[in-house]
Amino acid sequence: MERIPILRMGDFLLVTIQVDMHDELAITLQDDLSERISKTSARGVLIDISALDMVDSFIGRMIGTISGLSKIMDAETVLVGMQPAVAITLVELGLTLPGVITALNVERGMNLLRERVQSE
Amino acid sequence: MSALSQQTIDATRKNEGHLLASWQANLDASGASRDSRIKQAEFEAQTREFLRLLLASANGGDTANITGSEWADVRGFLDGLSRSRALQGFDSQTTASFIFSLKRPLFELLQTQYANDASELAAQLWAVTELLDTLGMYTVRAFQKSREEVIARQQEELLELSTPVVKLWDGVLALPMIGTLDSQRTQVVMESLLQRIVETGSEIAIIDITGVPTVDTLVAQHLLKTVTAIRLMGADAIISGVRPQIAQTIVHLGLDLQGIVTKANLADALALALKRSGLTVTKAS
Amino acid sequence: MNVLKSGSQAVRIEQDVVLARQTARKLAVEAGLRLVDQTKLVTAASELARNTVVYGRGGDMDWELLEDERRKGLRLTFRDQGPGIADMKLAMTDGWTSGSGLGLGLTGAKRLVDDFSVESAPGEGTRVMICKWT
Repeated sequence: MERIPILRMGDFLLVTIQVDMHDELAITLQDDLSERISKTSARGVLIDISALDMVDSFIGRMIGTISGLSKIMDAETVLVGMQPAVAITLVELGLTLPGVITALNVERGMNLLRERVQSE
Repeated sequence: MSALSQQTIDATRKNEGHLLASWQANLDASGASRDSRIKQAEFEAQTREFLRLLLASANGGDTANITGSEWADVRGFLDGLSRSRALQGFDSQTTASFIFSLKRPLFELLQTQYANDASELAAQLWAVTELLDTLGMYTVRAFQKSREEVIARQQEELLELSTPVVKLWDGVLALPMIGTLDSQRTQVVMESLLQRIVETGSEIAIIDITGVPTVDTLVAQHLLKTVTAIRLMGADAIISGVRPQIAQTIVHLGLDLQGIVTKANLADALALALKRSGLTVTKAS
Repeated sequence: MNVLKSGSQAVRIEQDVVLARQTARKLAVEAGLRLVDQTKLVTAASELARNTVVYGRGGDMDWELLEDERRKGLRLTFRDQGPGIADMKLAMTDGWTSGSGLGLGLTGAKRLVDDFSVESAPGEGTRVMICKWT
């Protein structure tokens, strides 16, 4: 069964979504992530969607869920790499991804996470 | 439904050379071929090719209806001809006269062919007229379409040139908007701003509307949507150059700026952007 | 208005939603839609394809590449023989805000395209048409 790989980078976990996900794969990712956060006591999760040319309601909900889940487990989620066309479409749909922090790329996302963790 | 008779087609083939010379002479007389934009040799090649294709298609085809597949080559030729004429700056009349100038030579040919058969002459004259008129109309339409495409492309290029995204500092971009904004222009321009933000990794974009005389609901909404998209991507935007009139419009329209920072001018916006980036400007003593 | 070409594909299982998106993207590129318009159409198609699988119990997506005087268009029709939409108003509400996805998000899809129509009634299946022009 295909899975989206989750990389560990110190205190943080990095997920790079590169495939056109079908719903089941998205759910699997959600489950895998919550397990990994718990196992590694990760303080942050970076979701890289720079390869996604489309984000629909299902993926949007998945991102929101992951953000909520990780917060409960004391980790912060940062979404990075959103493509302009995707951003414009989401705004048109009226979706704001509340509670989800965003950054332009992985590097900035990491910096953001480090700042937040350090400031505690 | 009329068609060119086999006799007509054969006669045209047999007299091709003479026909072409006569057609060419007509075009010369109208001045269409004397234009320096097209070389004489090119003109001759085009007339020859057209006649060849015409005869090939007329062999099978119904002359009243040129939409069928047997006329595809002729249509293709006319598309190409119209496009090149449009690009060279000719007008539609000159372009269509390419076809219409063929009428007289063909009529003269038919008159000699059917000198003894008045009714067949009339029928063939009608078939030729119908065919060339239809092809002429097709050419005009194709010409117009090409012209519109050229204009649309020019408009897009103008759009890109008139609203460049500039880098003010590391991580700070500015988009000075000038002139009245229409919905389409605003959208295109905003998209290029978003693209530049990603390309340069800039976290602050200053949208300056000093040069925009009025802002209507639609444009204001586009501005807001753009800023929302910028934030969604992980950057932020400052709107500068908000003049009192525009501020009033925004209030009147009841638009909620949703915490978007606005500054009276570009300088103030830049100062804020630098501050947010953790930079200060000091005098070199 | 001409139909340049058309086709149809099944939208029965989850994987078909991904395939529908890919077809929509390929056709949108062919129609010459700008990148943002492509993305909007593909996103709307994804939503509607999912509805077809999840609520419509499987159906089909018909596609047509259109052309009129000055522009090209891509029209997609999602149809199924499922239970139909009992509450159209609810169906039009955003599937975004309700975490359970009660609304079918049809209003959202409608905002992303130029032409939109939905025909449905309980027991009569559902037909949703979307179209985007250059």
